Amino acid sequence: MYELFKNLGTWLTSGSQWTGTDGIAHRLAEHLQYSLLATLVAAAIGLPLGLLIGHTGKGAFVAINLASFGRALPTVGLVVLVFLAGGLSMLPVYVALVALAVPAIVTNTYAGMTAVDPDVKDAARGQGMRGHQVLFQVELPLALPLIMTGLRLALIQVVATATIAAYVSFGGLGRYVFDGLAQRDLVQVLGGAVLVAVVAVALDLLLSGLQRFLFRHRTA
Amino acid sequence: MIQFDAVHKRFPNGTTAVHDLTLDMPEGGVTVLVGSSGCGKTTTLRMINRMVEPTSGTIKVGGKDVTDQDAAALRRSIGYVIQQSGLFPHRTVLDNIATVPLLLGHGRRKARARAAELLETVGLTAEAGKRYPHQLSGGQQQRVGVARALAADPPVLLMDEPFGAVDPVVRTQLQDELLRLQKELSKTIVFVTHDVDEAVRLGDRIAIFRTGGHLVQCAPPAELLARPADDFVADFLGAERGLKLLSLKTLAAVPQGPAPEGDTWSLVCDETGRPLHWASQRTELPVRPLRDGDSLLAALDESLASPTGLVARVDAAGVLTGVSSRDDIHAHAGQAHADARVAA
Repeated sequence: MYELFKNLGTWLTSGSQWTGTDGIAHRLAEHLQYSLLATLVAAAIGLPLGLLIGHTGKGAFVAINLASFGRALPTVGLVVLVFLAGGLSMLPVYVALVALAVPAIVTNTYAGMTAVDPDVKDAARGQGMRGHQVLFQVELPLALPLIMTGLRLALIQVVATATIAAYVSFGGLGRYVFDGLAQRDLVQVLGGAVLVAVVAVALDLLLSGLQRFLFRHRTA
Repeated sequence: MIQFDAVHKRFPNGTTAVHDLTLDMPEGGVTVLVGSSGCGKTTTLRMINRMVEPTSGTIKVGGKDVTDQDAAALRRSIGYVIQQSGLFPHRTVLDNIATVPLLLGHGRRKARARAAELLETVGLTAEAGKRYPHQLSGGQQQRVGVARALAADPPVLLMDEPFGAVDPVVRTQLQDELLRLQKELSKTIVFVTHDVDEAVRLGDRIAIFRTGGHLVQCAPPAELLARPADDFVADFLGAERGLKLLSLKTLAAVPQGPAPEGDTWSLVCDETGRPLHWASQRTELPVRPLRDGDSLLAALDESLASPTGLVARVDAAGVLTGVSSRDDIHAHAGQAHADARVAA
């Protein structure tokens, strides 16, 4: 066991491991690229949907069911499905990651919108704000902390899951996990897993710190 | 002037909130809508700025039918204050007050300057403008709510139980402030409350509603207290409605004489002539000096508490001007009732 961790330490810290196309720096960049792109696309779908449902109060069942659907969705299964239907490309990976991220974004956006004090919305309308002004000047800013939580959760989930890109022969930190498994190289598997975990936790800390800074004037 | 003509409001669930309401609310006056919960008073108020649409009938503000106007534009021309203040928690107090001027496109600079002016009008410091609503007390938040409603200088102000959530002391302060503001601004105010005392204090006219959205009586407070239309109104006004009537009259007209000297009790004043307490050879009792603007009710109360039955009268500076007897106060109280009956 001790040996394993010692080797892991060497693997993570050796200079040669960090450079080149199979180096950690490059794989990390790939991993972040997949994750950010997938989360952005998911946000482009999930945010308008969540805002619309929250603002109109219509289609709440969509938001609620989407949450359980998202939890039940087998990510690897989805990758394989789209892969079989569409052939080998990054598309199956992105479809799976986006499908994973959308529910968290929609449900949190919706939750943020419904948590806005009805008196405040009433006052906004009563002062003469039109529908879009209530949405963008009052509801959206007030829902923003929860919306950001949704984006953060989505991104963390996507980062943790983006290893599947390697499953269908693409890059990212999952490369080490799948290659290591194939080569029975336990140190490499562990190294990949540790890197993914560290990236996920680091992003989480960074973003929650940012949230705390941005919303420092808000009450609980 | 706000006119309701045969206005009906039935909600989709079948309940009738307002039943065949015809009512004029005079310009520059405070009309208080009062009644127990579910009587339609808030719905009536909210129909004026189209937060609720009437099922039938017409509502006119300044001679124009409200349903002919764009709802958002209409609301910007009418001040609106609600119970929990409804301030925007993500905006500073100053930006909250600037809301309507900004919506009207007045520009940020001008809107903020106007907001700063209003802070002072409602008795808040410039420093409070930089804070966020949750950093203020409940009473201060309500002041901001009033300032926000006044920002675009609308001729009409709708106030839905604006002081319902603050403690009695602050509530009295806010009522005083509103009366002071109203003296300066002469807005047409529609004020909803379930508190009869508040209605009597603030209203030029009081409209009493009964469950089911029926208007039972609309009259100036003195007339209402002296001649309630039926048992419902009498019950609603409470057993002390005779005393409430006295709260509307000042004691200015009650004659005063010199303070007693050499009797069992004497009134002790400080060197500037301000009353300190009643004193006998054995003990001292507190005195509550009254000004001309204080109510007959306060005078009656003090005459009962005073060991001599005499009420100390003071001028604006608090200096003793004389004393009034319990009998004189009582006589004026009786006269006030007689006058109110005749007027009604």
